[in-house]
Amino acid sequence: MTAAATLTDVTMRYREHTALDAVTTSFATDGITGLLGRNGAGKTTLMQLLAGHRVPSSGQVRVLGTDPYEDDAVLQQICFVKESQRYPDHFRVRDALSAAATLFPTWDEDLARSLVADFDLPARRPVVKLSRGMVSAVGITIGLASRAPVTFFDEPYLGLDAVARQLFYDRLIADYAEEPRTIVLSTHLIEEISGLLEHVVLLDGGRVLLDDDVETLRASALTVTGPTGRVEALAREHEVLTRDALGGSTRAVLRLGRPLEPADLAASGLAAEPTPLQQLVVALSTRATGTASAAAAARTARSSTPYEGATR
Amino acid sequence: MNEDAGPIFRQVAAQIENAIVDGSLPEESQAPSSNELSAFHRINPATAAKGLNQLVTDGVLYKRRGVGMFVATGAREQLLKRRRSEFADQYVRPLMTEASKLGISTTELARMIDRWEDER
Repeated sequence: MTAAATLTDVTMRYREHTALDAVTTSFATDGITGLLGRNGAGKTTLMQLLAGHRVPSSGQVRVLGTDPYEDDAVLQQICFVKESQRYPDHFRVRDALSAAATLFPTWDEDLARSLVADFDLPARRPVVKLSRGMVSAVGITIGLASRAPVTFFDEPYLGLDAVARQLFYDRLIADYAEEPRTIVLSTHLIEEISGLLEHVVLLDGGRVLLDDDVETLRASALTVTGPTGRVEALAREHEVLTRDALGGSTRAVLRLGRPLEPADLAASGLAAEPTPLQQLVVALSTRATGTASAAAAARTARSSTPYEGATR
Repeated sequence: MNEDAGPIFRQVAAQIENAIVDGSLPEESQAPSSNELSAFHRINPATAAKGLNQLVTDGVLYKRRGVGMFVATGAREQLLKRRRSEFADQYVRPLMTEASKLGISTTELARMIDRWEDER
């Protein structure tokens, strides 16, 4: 698969703080990628670099084959919907949209109109007078209607209620099906969007923790529940991401060293189920961050005393 | 789609198979397109297409160029055959596991099935 955007050994430093640390990754042409990670993981910085808003301290950034920084030809093919985007004070909703229309050669006015209607946006109201959710809806409208070959959504749902978020996902899928393009979406609401994603890049502390297809990821981890002894025996052959014990039974999220058949596990009295993407991401991020609570939880879970592990 | 029930593309394929088996999607009728599936299940169109392609590989669906995917003649029989052969593994095995956990003998189990048949 060809890449629409790549970062090669990219480091981004702000004074003492290293936001991205030797990051190498790429985003496939015509695919929807989820950019995941905790707050401060470096998601926004990565998008800013790809959108040509910043220059990396070191390393190479390429979008559609060229360095996006101050390259107008490439920049008009990139749409970056920022979390809490600001607009000029006197801009009404229609002004924001017509400004975007002049910026993107691929702009789809019909799509913009239907999104304004769907989100119930008041076209004549100044953007500064809108609620947070409505400002987000303006950003989403611009992001979708731009039909830019490379579109970044950086947590675009701030203040949006569940109904409006569902509308965003539905319109994103419908429009993407009609006009496939490269979409990168950063979000904390992993459960809501996991079905939309083909690929996931997980950042943690400025590094790439995971970079894989969603199907591959799901197949790589299994949640196993059963008698502690049997779970632990199985756990020795795989990497344990999380472990919770209750009485004599244990639930463990395993990163598989080799494929396991749920039916074989069932025969030995273990219940196995696929691990949802959100849980996998939380487990991996927790482990990487190595928080004190995670370490403590692992210690209690390892102790053999019944009930002790159940405190979490 | 259910995130806890295996790869999504396989769930997509399984649902179409179900529709063929229960007759709601008759042979030689047009299967839903990947875009329709993607909108309906709220999944990535590529995932939906992967599910459809799996069914084409299995010979359950076939492509008519420029028109779409259709249910192959004989698909229902083929699916029934496969499901029958998987029946033991998918249904009998967990049944036996649970039965042995509860100390229910095979004879008792057979009696239960007979009784259930009678009451139906």
